[in-house]
Amino acid sequence: MLDIKHLRKSFGPLVAVDDVSFGLAAGQLVGLLGPNGAGKTTTVSMIAGLLTPDGGEVLVEGRRLAGDTDPAKRRIGLVPQDLALYDELTARDNLRFFGALFNLTGRALDEAIAAAMALVELSDRLTDRVKTFSGGMKRRLNLAVGLLHDPDILLLDEPTVGVDPQSRNAIFDNLETLKRRGKALLYTTHYMEEAERLADRIVVIDHGKVIADDTLAGLQSRVAAIGGARPKDRGEGAPGVSLETVFLTLTGRSLRD
Amino acid sequence: MAIRQMIAMVRKDLQIFFSDHRAVIMSFAVPIAIASFFGSIFSGPTRNTEPAKIAIIVVDHDESPISKAIVSGLQQDRNFKVATTTVEQARDTVRRGRTAAAIVIPKGFGDAAGLALFSRREKPQLDVVFDPSRSTEVAMVRGILTQHVMEAVTREMFSGPRGRQLVDETLASVDSMPMPADRKKLLRDMLGSVQSFYQQDQSAANGDGGGGLTMPYTVREEPMTAGSNIAYNGYAHSFAGMGIQFLFFAMANLGIEVLLERQRGLWKRVRSAPVSRVTLLAGKTLSGTLVALMTLWVSFGFAMIVFGVRIQGSVLGFVGVSIACALMAATFGLLVAALGNSPATARGITTFAILIMVMLGGAWVPSFIFPAWLQTATLVVPARWAVDGLDAMTWRGIGLSGAVGPVLALLGFAALFAAIAAARFKWEEA
Repeated sequence: MLDIKHLRKSFGPLVAVDDVSFGLAAGQLVGLLGPNGAGKTTTVSMIAGLLTPDGGEVLVEGRRLAGDTDPAKRRIGLVPQDLALYDELTARDNLRFFGALFNLTGRALDEAIAAAMALVELSDRLTDRVKTFSGGMKRRLNLAVGLLHDPDILLLDEPTVGVDPQSRNAIFDNLETLKRRGKALLYTTHYMEEAERLADRIVVIDHGKVIADDTLAGLQSRVAAIGGARPKDRGEGAPGVSLETVFLTLTGRSLRD
Repeated sequence: MAIRQMIAMVRKDLQIFFSDHRAVIMSFAVPIAIASFFGSIFSGPTRNTEPAKIAIIVVDHDESPISKAIVSGLQQDRNFKVATTTVEQARDTVRRGRTAAAIVIPKGFGDAAGLALFSRREKPQLDVVFDPSRSTEVAMVRGILTQHVMEAVTREMFSGPRGRQLVDETLASVDSMPMPADRKKLLRDMLGSVQSFYQQDQSAANGDGGGGLTMPYTVREEPMTAGSNIAYNGYAHSFAGMGIQFLFFAMANLGIEVLLERQRGLWKRVRSAPVSRVTLLAGKTLSGTLVALMTLWVSFGFAMIVFGVRIQGSVLGFVGVSIACALMAATFGLLVAALGNSPATARGITTFAILIMVMLGGAWVPSFIFPAWLQTATLVVPARWAVDGLDAMTWRGIGLSGAVGPVLALLGFAALFAAIAAARFKWEEA
């Protein structure tokens, strides 16, 4: 459904994304992992149309995404890391505004709002101002806005930052539901257990390059083969290597700023 | 351009604007309050009101007929509120800023001034101590004092008993004066004529004050307003000036809001939608223009109801100038959004820029007090055109033709600001 081919982006002398390629199929959740500054957000921004790539292309159903007004952008939903909501407005007014930007109007908009709010279990707070919401509710509403126009591809940039376990689990349930509905999800996170739980495939990116693209089991086998697993990482069941170990083995232990 | 998406942006911006009731009230109330204050100060005298009197002190150490006439003249002058006291108290009062100036008439001033009128004797000195922070009032004091001194001295010299005595004494001493013989003859003839004048004009000799020099003209003042029966309403100018100032502040805030939206990730979400850059900028401009127009018209509405400000010129011209002002201010907001790095730095820089702009535009004080070069230079300040345009349509009562120049200039500034904003806007979001 989504194909990223040889994406490249530089900021002055800094090469942020260097020949990144991967794909995303319907009903699949791909975890995009990498240390700080690895190029994850730049990659997501190029897919969402926020940044123009210096090279390479983003293909949606085989068609190249081009320009700000490309109708294919309607097939992509963005859930940014920031709580991109207008606190002064009600949840409904937020959804109406963002829905209108995606050309939703009238009954179609009302139905989309109802469906999105039902999915994130906030239907009863529709007319409340966002500033009265808890952090977890805002996160769920943030997700609802991204889903409003029923995109086939959802880009989730650390969607669970700063939320309590209950809200995090609720978001996980939402994502499982979306997968079952055939949505393609690209999920960036620093929480390895989230990727372990949700991801069908994991793409590890570092210094702007894809350094691994495999299933969790495939990555574990690869790391075990090169001797990256230490005894304490080995738990019950094969292969017994945690994703964090896989990640540190692939990207190293040096601090990133 | 997608109209539906643009309308959604405008609706959202208006919802946010009206969501904070206190902020809404403040954004309307503050310009009204400040414009009312400035209007009350700069309204100027109307037909039925006396001008504000300048407080002065006169200390008369002479107490001669001439000095008494000077004091009397000053006391009767409609421009002054005169007090008398000692020199020490006068100096202290001026130093404390309670009065603009103190005039000290030294002993012997009257006689010396009378004699100095006809000869090259040493001129007596009037002491004027003044508050240097009130230079405009002091200039008025100096001018009006000259008038009263000349009137008092010449009246006494041409018609008073002491004047007659001084003329006689001067006539007797002409021969001893250090001047050429032909000039002595001329002076002697002139003083002789004055003596003859005394003898022939008994009423003058009786000292009824009919003689002496007086101002050789009277003045008919006509304020050039919208019409001969329409008094100047200073509130029209103050509401124009302050309205424009707060328009700039409101729209700078709109630009800062865009920077905040960027910080909060909202701009990313907006940009992820299939909306063109033109639509996004046009939506922001339109919502800013509407908010600015509301702010301006609410202020003028208040001025019309409470202070009787009227559109004495063209209503269509007033609407046109208002819309052009609002559009220019909205694009100024876009400029802030495009050039600002962060909300905090943008706020500081724009506050400074706005204050300079409205000051040079004549919103605080009339631009005629500026040096000539600065008056010309202010033509590149949009606030100048805005204030001039609103003045033209209100108290100046100029027709639609008077709106054309300001509207075109303001639209030109709007186009310039929008072009710079579009070129410098940070579209790429990492």
